[in-house]
Amino acid sequence: MIRLLEARGIAKRFGGVQALSDVSLSINKGEIYGLIGPNGAGKTTFFNVLTGAYVADQGEFIFAGAELPRGKPHEVVARGIARTFQNIRLFRDMTALENVMAGHHIRMKANVWGILTQNRATREEERLATLRAYELLKYVGIERYADTISKNLSYGDQRRLEIARALATEPQLLALDEPAAGMNATETGQLRTLIETIRNDGVTVLLIEHDVKLVMGLCDRVAVLDFGKKIAEDVPAVVQRDTAVIEAYLGGAHHAH
Amino acid sequence: METLLQQIVNGLVVGSVYSLVALGYTMVYGILGLINFAHGDVMMIGALVALQAILFAQKMWPSLGPLALVGIGLVVSIPTCMLLGYVVERTAYRRLRNAPRLAPLITAIGVSFLLQTLAMIIWGRGYHSFPQLISTVPMQPIEGVFVTPVQITTLLVSAGLMAALLLVVNKTPLGRAMRATAENHRVASLMGVDANKIIAITFIIGSALAAIAGVMVASNYGIAHYTMGFLPGLKAFTAAVLGGIGNIGGAMLGGIVLGLVESIGAGYIETWSFGFLNSSYQDIFAFIILGAVLIFRPTGLLGERVADRA
Repeated sequence: MIRLLEARGIAKRFGGVQALSDVSLSINKGEIYGLIGPNGAGKTTFFNVLTGAYVADQGEFIFAGAELPRGKPHEVVARGIARTFQNIRLFRDMTALENVMAGHHIRMKANVWGILTQNRATREEERLATLRAYELLKYVGIERYADTISKNLSYGDQRRLEIARALATEPQLLALDEPAAGMNATETGQLRTLIETIRNDGVTVLLIEHDVKLVMGLCDRVAVLDFGKKIAEDVPAVVQRDTAVIEAYLGGAHHAH
Repeated sequence: METLLQQIVNGLVVGSVYSLVALGYTMVYGILGLINFAHGDVMMIGALVALQAILFAQKMWPSLGPLALVGIGLVVSIPTCMLLGYVVERTAYRRLRNAPRLAPLITAIGVSFLLQTLAMIIWGRGYHSFPQLISTVPMQPIEGVFVTPVQITTLLVSAGLMAALLLVVNKTPLGRAMRATAENHRVASLMGVDANKIIAITFIIGSALAAIAGVMVASNYGIAHYTMGFLPGLKAFTAAVLGGIGNIGGAMLGGIVLGLVESIGAGYIETWSFGFLNSSYQDIFAFIILGAVLIFRPTGLLGERVADRA
Protein backbone atom coordinates (compact mmCIF):
# COMPACT_ATOMS: atom_id res chain seq x y z
CA MET A 1 0.00 0.00 0.00
CA ILE A 2 1.23 3.47 -0.87
CA ARG A 3 0.75 6.14 1.74
CA LEU A 4 -0.80 9.25 0.18
CA LEU A 5 -1.34 11.55 3.15
CA GLU A 6 0.21 11.50 6.55
CA ALA A 7 -0.80 13.92 9.30
CA ARG A 8 1.82 14.21 12.02
CA GLY A 9 0.88 15.63 15.39
CA ILE A 10 -1.54 18.29 14.14
CA ALA A 11 -2.63 20.78 16.81
CA LYS A 12 -4.85 23.83 16.48
CA ARG A 13 -6.15 26.13 19.20
CA PHE A 14 -8.84 28.82 19.00
CA GLY A 15 -8.60 31.02 22.09
CA GLY A 16 -9.45 28.71 24.97
CA VAL A 17 -10.57 25.80 22.81
CA GLN A 18 -8.07 23.14 21.80
CA ALA A 19 -9.83 22.18 18.56
CA LEU A 20 -7.20 19.61 17.57
CA SER A 21 -4.49 18.14 19.73
CA ASP A 22 -1.74 15.90 18.43
CA VAL A 23 -3.80 14.29 15.67
CA SER A 24 -1.82 11.83 13.56
CA LEU A 25 -3.30 9.66 10.87
CA SER A 26 -2.39 8.28 7.51
CA ILE A 27 -4.44 7.67 4.40
CA ASN A 28 -3.44 5.13 1.77
CA LYS A 29 -3.72 5.68 -1.94
CA GLY A 30 -7.02 4.44 -3.32
CA GLU A 31 -8.94 4.06 -0.10
CA ILE A 32 -12.07 5.71 1.18
CA TYR A 33 -11.11 7.02 4.59
CA GLY A 34 -13.78 8.15 7.03
CA LEU A 35 -13.34 10.82 9.70
CA ILE A 36 -16.16 10.72 12.21
CA GLY A 37 -16.88 12.04 15.67
CA PRO A 38 -19.52 13.94 17.63
CA ASN A 39 -20.34 17.57 16.83
CA GLY A 40 -17.46 19.87 17.70
CA ALA A 41 -14.93 17.03 17.70
CA GLY A 42 -12.67 18.97 15.31
CA LYS A 43 -13.41 17.25 12.00
CA THR A 44 -14.02 20.39 9.98
CA THR A 45 -11.07 22.11 11.68
CA PHE A 46 -8.95 19.20 10.49
CA PHE A 47 -10.17 19.85 6.94
CA ASN A 48 -9.45 23.54 7.23
CA VAL A 49 -5.91 22.96 8.46
CA LEU A 50 -5.30 20.30 5.81
CA THR A 51 -6.47 22.53 2.96
CA GLY A 52 -4.51 25.56 4.16
CA ALA A 53 -7.52 27.65 5.20
CA TYR A 54 -6.06 27.67 8.73
CA VAL A 55 -2.45 27.30 9.79
CA ALA A 56 -1.77 24.52 12.31
CA ASP A 57 -0.08 25.51 15.60
CA GLN A 58 1.93 22.30 15.50
CA GLY A 59 2.46 19.34 13.25
CA GLU A 60 2.77 18.81 9.53
CA PHE A 61 1.12 17.10 6.61
CA ILE A 62 3.15 14.91 4.27
CA PHE A 63 1.32 14.52 0.99
CA ALA A 64 2.63 12.32 -1.84
CA GLY A 65 6.08 12.40 -0.28
CA ALA A 66 6.47 16.11 0.44
CA GLU A 67 5.30 18.53 3.10
CA LEU A 68 2.22 20.61 2.29
CA PRO A 69 2.57 24.43 2.25
CA ARG A 70 0.96 26.17 5.21
CA GLY A 71 -1.77 28.77 4.87
CA LYS A 72 -1.69 28.80 1.07
CA PRO A 73 -4.91 27.11 -0.02
CA HIS A 74 -4.37 27.44 -3.77
CA GLU A 75 -0.96 25.76 -3.52
CA VAL A 76 -2.50 22.87 -1.60
CA VAL A 77 -5.04 22.54 -4.43
CA ALA A 78 -2.19 22.60 -6.95
CA ARG A 79 -0.56 19.73 -5.05
CA GLY A 80 -3.70 17.64 -5.53
CA ILE A 81 -6.12 18.06 -2.64
CA ALA A 82 -9.65 19.30 -3.31
CA ARG A 83 -12.55 19.72 -0.94
CA THR A 84 -16.26 20.34 -0.64
CA PHE A 85 -17.98 22.22 2.16
CA GLN A 86 -20.35 21.29 4.95
CA ASN A 87 -22.45 24.36 4.14
CA ILE A 88 -22.54 24.51 0.38
CA ARG A 89 -20.25 27.23 -0.93
CA LEU A 90 -20.69 27.40 -4.65
CA PHE A 91 -20.06 30.53 -6.68
CA ARG A 92 -23.76 31.26 -6.45
CA ASP A 93 -24.13 33.71 -9.30
CA MET A 94 -22.24 31.63 -11.84
CA THR A 95 -23.71 28.82 -13.92
CA ALA A 96 -23.04 25.20 -13.02
CA LEU A 97 -20.65 24.95 -15.97
CA GLU A 98 -18.75 28.08 -14.91
CA ASN A 99 -18.42 26.76 -11.37
CA VAL A 100 -16.74 23.63 -12.67
CA MET A 101 -14.52 25.64 -15.00
CA ALA A 102 -13.48 27.88 -12.11
CA GLY A 103 -12.36 24.72 -10.34
CA HIS A 104 -10.24 23.88 -13.36
CA HIS A 105 -8.47 27.27 -13.17
CA ILE A 106 -5.38 25.92 -11.41
CA ARG A 107 -4.71 23.43 -14.23
CA MET A 108 -4.96 26.04 -16.98
CA LYS A 109 -1.87 27.72 -18.33
CA ALA A 110 -3.37 30.77 -20.04
CA ASN A 111 -1.72 34.02 -18.97
CA VAL A 112 -3.03 37.57 -19.11
CA TRP A 113 -1.31 38.18 -22.42
CA GLY A 114 -2.83 35.11 -24.04
CA ILE A 115 -6.25 36.07 -22.70
CA LEU A 116 -6.06 39.63 -24.01
CA THR A 117 -4.81 38.56 -27.44
CA GLN A 118 -6.99 35.44 -27.54
CA ASN A 119 -4.23 33.45 -29.20
CA ARG A 120 -4.78 29.93 -30.43
CA ALA A 121 -3.35 28.15 -27.40
CA THR A 122 -5.66 30.07 -25.06
CA ARG A 123 -8.76 29.39 -27.14
CA GLU A 124 -7.91 25.71 -27.52
CA GLU A 125 -7.33 25.37 -23.78
CA GLU A 126 -10.65 27.08 -23.06
CA ARG A 127 -12.43 24.77 -25.50
CA LEU A 128 -10.94 21.68 -23.85
CA ALA A 129 -11.77 23.05 -20.39
CA THR A 130 -15.39 23.53 -21.47
CA LEU A 131 -15.58 19.96 -22.77
CA ARG A 132 -14.01 18.65 -19.60
CA ALA A 133 -16.48 20.62 -17.47
CA TYR A 134 -19.42 19.11 -19.39
CA GLU A 135 -17.94 15.65 -18.83
CA LEU A 136 -17.66 16.27 -15.10
CA LEU A 137 -21.25 17.52 -14.89
CA LYS A 138 -22.30 14.34 -16.67
CA TYR A 139 -20.12 12.31 -14.31
CA VAL A 140 -22.01 13.59 -11.27
CA GLY A 141 -25.30 13.43 -13.19
CA ILE A 142 -26.32 17.07 -13.63
CA GLU A 143 -25.23 17.87 -17.19
CA ARG A 144 -28.76 19.02 -18.09
CA TYR A 145 -28.32 21.95 -15.68
CA ALA A 146 -25.02 23.14 -17.18
CA ASP A 147 -26.36 26.62 -17.92
CA THR A 148 -28.42 27.02 -14.77
CA ILE A 149 -27.25 29.64 -12.27
CA SER A 150 -25.99 27.49 -9.43
CA LYS A 151 -28.05 29.10 -6.67
CA ASN A 152 -31.19 27.96 -8.50
CA LEU A 153 -30.22 24.28 -8.40
CA SER A 154 -31.87 21.92 -5.96
CA TYR A 155 -30.00 21.18 -2.75
CA GLY A 156 -28.89 17.70 -3.81
CA ASP A 157 -27.73 18.98 -7.20
CA GLN A 158 -25.75 21.76 -5.52
CA ARG A 159 -23.93 19.11 -3.51
CA ARG A 160 -23.17 17.18 -6.69
CA LEU A 161 -21.97 20.36 -8.36
CA GLU A 162 -19.57 20.98 -5.47
CA ILE A 163 -18.11 17.53 -6.05
CA ALA A 164 -17.78 18.19 -9.80
CA ARG A 165 -16.06 21.51 -9.09
CA ALA A 166 -13.64 19.81 -6.69
CA LEU A 167 -12.92 17.07 -9.25
CA ALA A 168 -12.17 19.75 -11.86
CA THR A 169 -9.05 20.63 -9.87
CA GLU A 170 -7.83 17.10 -10.78
CA PRO A 171 -7.16 16.01 -7.21
CA GLN A 172 -5.41 12.90 -5.95
CA LEU A 173 -7.28 13.30 -2.68
CA LEU A 174 -10.90 14.43 -2.57
CA ALA A 175 -12.02 15.65 0.85
CA LEU A 176 -15.80 15.63 1.31
CA ASP A 177 -17.20 17.50 4.31
CA GLU A 178 -20.56 15.90 5.21
CA PRO A 179 -21.69 15.35 1.63
CA ALA A 180 -24.87 13.54 2.72
CA ALA A 181 -26.04 16.27 5.09
CA GLY A 182 -29.67 17.08 4.39
CA MET A 183 -30.09 14.36 1.78
CA ASN A 184 -32.94 11.86 1.71
CA ALA A 185 -32.39 8.09 1.49
CA THR A 186 -32.53 7.99 -2.33
CA GLU A 187 -30.08 10.84 -2.71
CA THR A 188 -27.75 9.30 -0.13
CA GLY A 189 -27.82 6.03 -2.08
CA GLN A 190 -26.89 7.85 -5.29
CA LEU A 191 -24.15 9.72 -3.45
CA ARG A 192 -22.72 6.48 -2.21
CA THR A 193 -22.56 5.10 -5.73
CA LEU A 194 -20.89 8.31 -6.89
CA ILE A 195 -18.22 8.19 -4.17
CA GLU A 196 -17.46 4.57 -5.03
CA THR A 197 -17.17 5.46 -8.72
CA ILE A 198 -14.78 8.29 -7.89
CA ARG A 199 -12.60 5.93 -5.89
CA ASN A 200 -12.65 3.29 -8.60
CA ASP A 201 -11.50 5.97 -11.04
CA GLY A 202 -8.36 6.41 -8.97
CA VAL A 203 -9.11 9.29 -6.58
CA THR A 204 -8.53 8.71 -2.87
CA VAL A 205 -11.45 9.94 -0.76
CA LEU A 206 -11.42 11.48 2.72
CA LEU A 207 -14.95 11.63 4.08
CA ILE A 208 -16.35 13.49 7.06
CA GLU A 209 -19.83 12.22 7.73
CA HIS A 210 -22.49 12.06 10.41
CA ASP A 211 -24.47 9.30 8.73
CA VAL A 212 -22.86 6.34 10.53
CA LYS A 213 -24.52 3.79 8.25
CA LEU A 214 -23.05 5.47 5.18
CA VAL A 215 -19.59 5.69 6.72
CA MET A 216 -19.55 2.10 7.96
CA GLY A 217 -20.80 0.75 4.64
CA LEU A 218 -18.54 2.84 2.43
CA CYS A 219 -15.23 3.39 4.17
CA ASP A 220 -12.20 1.10 4.11
CA ARG A 221 -10.88 2.64 7.30
CA VAL A 222 -12.26 5.09 9.82
CA ALA A 223 -10.71 7.46 12.34
CA VAL A 224 -12.72 8.82 15.25
CA LEU A 225 -12.14 12.27 16.73
CA ASP A 226 -13.45 13.34 20.12
CA PHE A 227 -12.67 16.73 21.71
CA GLY A 228 -9.89 17.23 19.17
CA LYS A 229 -8.13 13.93 19.90
CA LYS A 230 -8.02 10.81 17.78
CA ILE A 231 -9.50 8.02 19.89
CA ALA A 232 -9.63 5.22 17.31
CA GLU A 233 -8.49 4.33 13.79
CA ASP A 234 -9.27 1.02 12.15
CA VAL A 235 -11.59 -0.82 9.78
CA PRO A 236 -15.27 0.03 10.42
CA ALA A 237 -16.14 -3.32 12.02
CA VAL A 238 -13.48 -2.86 14.71
CA VAL A 239 -14.20 0.82 15.30
CA GLN A 240 -17.89 0.07 15.80
CA ARG A 241 -17.08 -2.19 18.76
CA ASP A 242 -14.46 0.12 20.27
CA THR A 243 -15.50 1.05 23.82
CA ALA A 244 -13.93 4.52 23.66
CA VAL A 245 -15.91 5.25 20.50
CA ILE A 246 -19.16 4.01 21.99
CA GLU A 247 -18.46 6.09 25.08
CA ALA A 248 -17.78 9.19 22.93
CA TYR A 249 -21.01 8.82 20.97
CA LEU A 250 -23.26 7.65 23.75
CA GLY A 251 -21.37 8.79 26.85
CA GLY A 252 -22.87 12.26 26.84
CA ALA A 253 -26.33 10.73 26.62
CA HIS A 254 -25.61 8.39 29.53
CA HIS A 255 -24.49 11.25 31.74
CA ALA A 256 -27.62 13.17 30.86
CA HIS A 257 -29.80 10.51 32.45
CA MET B 1 -34.43 71.26 -28.72
CA GLU B 2 -30.85 72.01 -29.77
CA THR B 3 -30.00 72.65 -26.14
CA LEU B 4 -31.33 69.25 -25.13
CA LEU B 5 -29.49 67.43 -27.93
CA GLN B 6 -26.32 69.33 -27.18
CA GLN B 7 -26.52 68.45 -23.49
CA ILE B 8 -27.17 64.80 -24.32
CA VAL B 9 -24.01 64.73 -26.43
CA ASN B 10 -22.00 66.40 -23.65
CA GLY B 11 -23.56 64.08 -21.09
CA LEU B 12 -22.61 60.97 -23.02
CA VAL B 13 -19.00 62.11 -23.28
CA VAL B 14 -18.65 63.08 -19.63
CA GLY B 15 -20.61 60.00 -18.60
CA SER B 16 -18.37 57.63 -20.51
CA VAL B 17 -15.38 58.98 -18.58
CA TYR B 18 -17.28 58.58 -15.29
CA SER B 19 -18.02 55.00 -16.33
CA LEU B 20 -14.36 54.21 -16.94
CA VAL B 21 -13.36 55.50 -13.53
CA ALA B 22 -16.42 53.97 -11.85
CA LEU B 23 -15.31 50.55 -13.15
CA GLY B 24 -12.18 50.80 -11.03
CA TYR B 25 -14.25 51.53 -7.92
CA THR B 26 -16.76 48.83 -8.58
CA MET B 27 -14.32 46.04 -9.48
CA VAL B 28 -12.32 46.59 -6.31
CA TYR B 29 -15.49 46.82 -4.23
CA GLY B 30 -16.83 43.67 -5.84
CA ILE B 31 -13.76 41.71 -4.88
CA LEU B 32 -12.71 43.23 -1.54
CA GLY B 33 -15.72 45.19 -0.27
CA LEU B 34 -13.32 48.13 -0.16
CA ILE B 35 -14.09 51.61 -1.49
CA ASN B 36 -10.76 52.67 -2.90
CA PHE B 37 -10.97 56.43 -2.45
CA ALA B 38 -7.48 56.78 -3.90
CA HIS B 39 -8.76 55.68 -7.31
CA GLY B 40 -9.53 59.21 -8.51
CA ASP B 41 -6.00 60.21 -7.64
CA VAL B 42 -4.60 57.36 -9.71
CA MET B 43 -6.47 59.00 -12.56
CA MET B 44 -4.82 62.34 -11.72
CA ILE B 45 -1.36 60.73 -11.68
CA GLY B 46 -2.19 59.17 -15.05
CA ALA B 47 -2.93 62.58 -16.54
CA LEU B 48 0.15 64.27 -15.08
CA VAL B 49 2.53 61.48 -16.06
CA ALA B 50 1.12 61.54 -19.58
CA LEU B 51 1.60 65.32 -19.66
CA GLN B 52 5.21 64.93 -18.55
CA ALA B 53 5.87 62.29 -21.19
CA ILE B 54 4.25 64.37 -23.93
CA LEU B 55 6.25 67.49 -23.02
CA PHE B 56 9.42 65.44 -22.95
CA ALA B 57 8.68 63.86 -26.33
CA GLN B 58 7.83 67.24 -27.85
CA LYS B 59 11.21 68.56 -26.79
CA MET B 60 13.14 65.50 -27.94
CA TRP B 61 11.43 64.90 -31.25
CA PRO B 62 9.72 68.13 -32.31
CA SER B 63 8.58 66.62 -35.57
CA LEU B 64 6.24 64.08 -33.96
CA GLY B 65 2.58 64.28 -34.93
CA PRO B 66 -0.16 64.82 -32.34
CA LEU B 67 -1.43 61.24 -32.45
CA ALA B 68 2.06 59.88 -31.84
CA LEU B 69 2.36 62.24 -28.86
CA VAL B 70 -0.94 61.03 -27.36
CA GLY B 71 0.30 57.50 -27.94
CA ILE B 72 3.55 58.19 -26.09
CA GLY B 73 1.61 59.80 -23.24
CA LEU B 74 -0.57 56.71 -22.88
CA VAL B 75 2.29 54.24 -23.30
CA VAL B 76 4.10 55.89 -20.39
CA SER B 77 1.17 56.68 -18.12
CA ILE B 78 -0.74 53.38 -18.37
CA PRO B 79 2.12 51.19 -17.07
CA THR B 80 2.98 53.82 -14.44
CA CYS B 81 -0.57 53.73 -13.09
CA MET B 82 -0.70 49.92 -13.28
CA LEU B 83 2.44 49.79 -11.18
CA LEU B 84 1.03 52.41 -8.82
CA GLY B 85 -2.22 50.44 -8.40
CA TYR B 86 -0.25 47.30 -7.67
CA VAL B 87 2.02 49.01 -5.15
CA VAL B 88 -0.93 50.63 -3.34
CA GLU B 89 -2.74 47.29 -3.08
CA ARG B 90 0.36 45.45 -2.00
CA THR B 91 1.57 47.93 0.60
CA ALA B 92 -1.57 49.63 1.91
CA TYR B 93 -4.51 47.26 1.49
CA ARG B 94 -3.31 43.66 1.49
CA ARG B 95 -2.31 43.53 5.13
CA LEU B 96 -5.70 45.00 6.07
CA ARG B 97 -7.67 42.42 4.14
CA ASN B 98 -9.11 40.80 7.24
CA ALA B 99 -9.29 43.98 9.32
CA PRO B 100 -12.62 45.64 10.18
CA ARG B 101 -13.95 47.53 7.16
CA LEU B 102 -13.32 50.98 8.57
CA ALA B 103 -9.55 50.43 8.64
CA PRO B 104 -9.01 49.93 4.89
CA LEU B 105 -11.51 52.71 4.15
CA ILE B 106 -9.55 55.24 6.21
CA THR B 107 -6.33 53.90 4.72
CA ALA B 108 -7.77 54.56 1.25
CA ILE B 109 -8.45 58.19 2.19
CA GLY B 110 -4.89 58.36 3.50
CA VAL B 111 -3.51 56.99 0.23
CA SER B 112 -5.57 59.60 -1.60
CA PHE B 113 -3.96 62.43 0.43
CA LEU B 114 -0.56 60.85 -0.05
CA LEU B 115 -0.89 60.71 -3.84
CA GLN B 116 -2.20 64.29 -4.03
CA THR B 117 0.63 65.56 -1.88
CA LEU B 118 3.22 63.65 -3.88
CA ALA B 119 1.80 65.07 -7.09
CA MET B 120 1.88 68.55 -5.58
CA ILE B 121 5.55 68.11 -4.66
CA ILE B 122 6.48 66.76 -8.10
CA TRP B 123 4.36 68.97 -10.35
CA GLY B 124 3.75 71.97 -8.13
CA ARG B 125 0.53 73.69 -7.11
CA GLY B 126 -0.16 75.42 -10.38
CA TYR B 127 -2.45 74.44 -13.24
CA HIS B 128 -0.65 72.91 -16.21
CA SER B 129 -2.06 73.37 -19.64
CA PHE B 130 -2.49 70.03 -21.31
CA PRO B 131 -1.68 70.15 -25.05
CA GLN B 132 -4.79 69.81 -27.19
CA LEU B 133 -3.40 67.12 -29.42
CA ILE B 134 -6.72 65.91 -30.74
CA SER B 135 -8.63 68.73 -32.34
CA THR B 136 -11.10 70.64 -30.18
CA VAL B 137 -12.52 72.51 -33.14
CA PRO B 138 -16.25 71.81 -32.96
CA MET B 139 -18.05 70.13 -35.80
CA GLN B 140 -21.74 70.53 -36.44
CA PRO B 141 -23.29 67.21 -37.48
CA ILE B 142 -26.75 68.65 -36.77
CA GLU B 143 -27.57 72.35 -37.01
CA GLY B 144 -26.91 73.88 -33.60
CA VAL B 145 -25.32 70.79 -32.01
CA PHE B 146 -21.55 70.90 -31.60
CA VAL B 147 -19.22 67.94 -31.18
CA THR B 148 -15.43 68.09 -31.03
CA PRO B 149 -13.16 65.32 -32.33
CA VAL B 150 -11.70 64.88 -28.86
CA GLN B 151 -15.22 64.21 -27.56
CA ILE B 152 -15.86 61.65 -30.27
CA THR B 153 -12.52 59.97 -29.52
CA THR B 154 -13.34 59.88 -25.80
CA LEU B 155 -16.70 58.27 -26.45
CA LEU B 156 -15.37 55.66 -28.87
CA VAL B 157 -12.34 54.71 -26.77
CA SER B 158 -14.48 54.39 -23.63
CA ALA B 159 -17.03 52.23 -25.41
CA GLY B 160 -14.28 50.01 -26.81
CA LEU B 161 -12.58 49.59 -23.46
CA MET B 162 -15.83 48.76 -21.72
CA ALA B 163 -16.76 46.19 -24.34
CA ALA B 164 -13.31 44.62 -24.00
CA LEU B 165 -13.62 44.53 -20.22
CA LEU B 166 -17.04 42.87 -20.39
CA LEU B 167 -15.60 40.24 -22.73
CA VAL B 168 -12.65 39.56 -20.45
CA VAL B 169 -14.82 39.32 -17.34
CA ASN B 170 -17.56 37.16 -18.84
CA LYS B 171 -15.80 35.04 -21.42
CA THR B 172 -12.28 34.26 -20.25
CA PRO B 173 -10.65 32.12 -17.54
CA LEU B 174 -9.24 35.28 -15.96
CA GLY B 175 -12.72 36.79 -15.73
CA ARG B 176 -14.09 33.57 -14.28
CA ALA B 177 -11.43 33.61 -11.62
CA MET B 178 -12.24 37.27 -10.91
CA ARG B 179 -15.93 36.53 -10.53
CA ALA B 180 -15.15 33.52 -8.33
CA THR B 181 -12.89 35.65 -6.15
CA ALA B 182 -15.54 38.38 -6.00
CA GLU B 183 -18.16 35.94 -4.76
CA ASN B 184 -15.95 34.54 -2.03
CA HIS B 185 -12.20 34.87 -2.10
CA ARG B 186 -11.67 32.23 0.61
CA VAL B 187 -13.65 29.60 -1.28
CA ALA B 188 -11.98 30.63 -4.54
CA SER B 189 -8.54 30.04 -3.05
CA LEU B 190 -9.67 26.68 -1.67
CA MET B 191 -10.68 25.82 -5.24
CA GLY B 192 -7.21 26.66 -6.52
CA VAL B 193 -7.58 30.31 -7.53
CA ASP B 194 -4.65 32.42 -6.34
CA ALA B 195 -6.83 35.14 -4.79
CA ASN B 196 -3.90 37.50 -4.08
CA LYS B 197 -2.92 37.43 -7.72
CA ILE B 198 -6.47 38.00 -8.94
CA ILE B 199 -6.94 40.91 -6.53
CA ALA B 200 -3.67 42.46 -7.72
CA ILE B 201 -4.77 42.05 -11.36
CA THR B 202 -8.07 43.74 -10.54
CA PHE B 203 -6.26 46.77 -9.14
CA ILE B 204 -3.95 46.82 -12.15
CA ILE B 205 -6.81 46.73 -14.67
CA GLY B 206 -8.72 49.43 -12.79
CA SER B 207 -5.63 51.63 -12.67
CA ALA B 208 -5.00 51.22 -16.40
CA LEU B 209 -8.57 52.38 -17.11
CA ALA B 210 -8.06 55.30 -14.71
CA ALA B 211 -4.88 56.35 -16.54
CA ILE B 212 -6.75 56.45 -19.84
CA ALA B 213 -9.62 58.35 -18.24
CA GLY B 214 -7.11 60.83 -16.82
CA VAL B 215 -5.69 61.54 -20.26
CA MET B 216 -9.23 61.98 -21.62
CA VAL B 217 -10.26 64.42 -18.91
CA ALA B 218 -7.08 66.43 -19.29
CA SER B 219 -7.43 66.52 -23.10
CA ASN B 220 -11.07 67.56 -22.85
CA TYR B 221 -10.50 70.46 -20.50
CA GLY B 222 -6.93 71.23 -21.59
CA ILE B 223 -5.82 71.37 -17.96
CA ALA B 224 -4.00 69.06 -15.54
CA HIS B 225 -3.64 69.72 -11.83
CA TYR B 226 -2.81 67.77 -8.68
CA THR B 227 -6.40 67.94 -7.35
CA MET B 228 -8.05 67.10 -10.67
CA GLY B 229 -8.76 63.55 -9.49
CA PHE B 230 -10.87 64.51 -6.52
CA LEU B 231 -14.17 65.65 -8.00
CA PRO B 232 -14.29 63.23 -10.95
CA GLY B 233 -13.31 60.47 -8.52
CA LEU B 234 -16.16 61.35 -6.21
CA LYS B 235 -18.58 61.50 -9.13
CA ALA B 236 -17.36 58.20 -10.50
CA PHE B 237 -17.92 56.73 -7.05
CA THR B 238 -21.45 58.17 -7.19
CA ALA B 239 -21.87 56.54 -10.60
CA ALA B 240 -20.73 53.19 -9.20
CA VAL B 241 -23.21 53.48 -6.31
CA LEU B 242 -25.96 54.57 -8.69
CA GLY B 243 -25.42 51.53 -10.89
CA GLY B 244 -25.10 49.18 -7.93
CA ILE B 245 -21.63 49.02 -6.48
CA GLY B 246 -19.84 45.78 -7.24
CA ASN B 247 -21.74 45.39 -10.50
CA ILE B 248 -19.66 46.01 -13.63
CA GLY B 249 -22.59 46.66 -15.97
CA GLY B 250 -24.00 48.92 -13.27
CA ALA B 251 -20.89 51.08 -13.19
CA MET B 252 -21.13 51.61 -16.95
CA LEU B 253 -24.85 52.46 -16.78
CA GLY B 254 -24.40 54.61 -13.68
CA GLY B 255 -21.65 56.66 -15.33
CA ILE B 256 -23.71 57.36 -18.43
CA VAL B 257 -26.87 58.20 -16.45
CA LEU B 258 -24.94 60.49 -14.13
CA GLY B 259 -23.25 62.24 -17.04
CA LEU B 260 -26.62 62.79 -18.77
CA VAL B 261 -28.38 64.05 -15.64
CA GLU B 262 -25.52 66.38 -14.87
CA SER B 263 -25.30 67.81 -18.39
CA ILE B 264 -29.00 68.20 -18.91
CA GLY B 265 -29.32 69.66 -15.43
CA ALA B 266 -26.52 72.13 -16.14
CA GLY B 267 -28.24 73.13 -19.36
CA TYR B 268 -31.55 73.93 -17.74
CA ILE B 269 -30.70 74.84 -14.15
CA GLU B 270 -30.85 78.53 -14.97
CA THR B 271 -34.34 78.23 -16.41
CA TRP B 272 -35.55 75.98 -13.62
CA SER B 273 -34.28 78.25 -10.85
CA PHE B 274 -35.53 81.43 -12.60
CA GLY B 275 -31.97 82.64 -13.08
CA PHE B 276 -31.02 82.17 -9.45
CA LEU B 277 -28.48 79.39 -10.16
CA ASN B 278 -26.29 78.96 -13.22
CA SER B 279 -24.50 76.05 -14.85
CA SER B 280 -21.50 76.28 -12.51
CA TYR B 281 -23.79 74.61 -9.97
CA GLN B 282 -23.89 71.44 -12.06
CA ASP B 283 -22.05 69.44 -9.39
CA ILE B 284 -25.19 69.63 -7.26
CA PHE B 285 -26.83 66.95 -9.40
CA ALA B 286 -24.26 64.24 -8.74
CA PHE B 287 -24.66 64.62 -5.01
CA ILE B 288 -28.44 64.88 -5.11
CA ILE B 289 -28.34 61.56 -6.96
CA LEU B 290 -25.90 60.05 -4.46
CA GLY B 291 -28.13 61.07 -1.56
CA ALA B 292 -31.30 59.88 -3.26
CA VAL B 293 -29.83 56.50 -4.21
CA LEU B 294 -28.52 55.89 -0.70
CA ILE B 295 -31.92 56.76 0.78
CA PHE B 296 -34.29 55.11 -1.68
CA ARG B 297 -32.34 52.36 -3.41
CA PRO B 298 -29.07 51.63 -1.62
CA THR B 299 -28.39 48.64 -3.86
CA GLY B 300 -28.36 50.86 -6.96
CA LEU B 301 -30.03 50.41 -10.33
CA LEU B 302 -28.64 46.98 -11.14
CA GLY B 303 -27.45 45.97 -7.70
CA GLU B 304 -28.70 42.91 -5.95
CA ARG B 305 -29.48 42.25 -2.37
CA VAL B 306 -26.19 42.08 -0.50
CA ALA B 307 -27.55 40.75 2.78
CA ASP B 308 -26.12 37.26 2.28
CA ARG B 309 -22.64 38.55 1.59
CA ALA B 310 -21.20 38.10 5.06
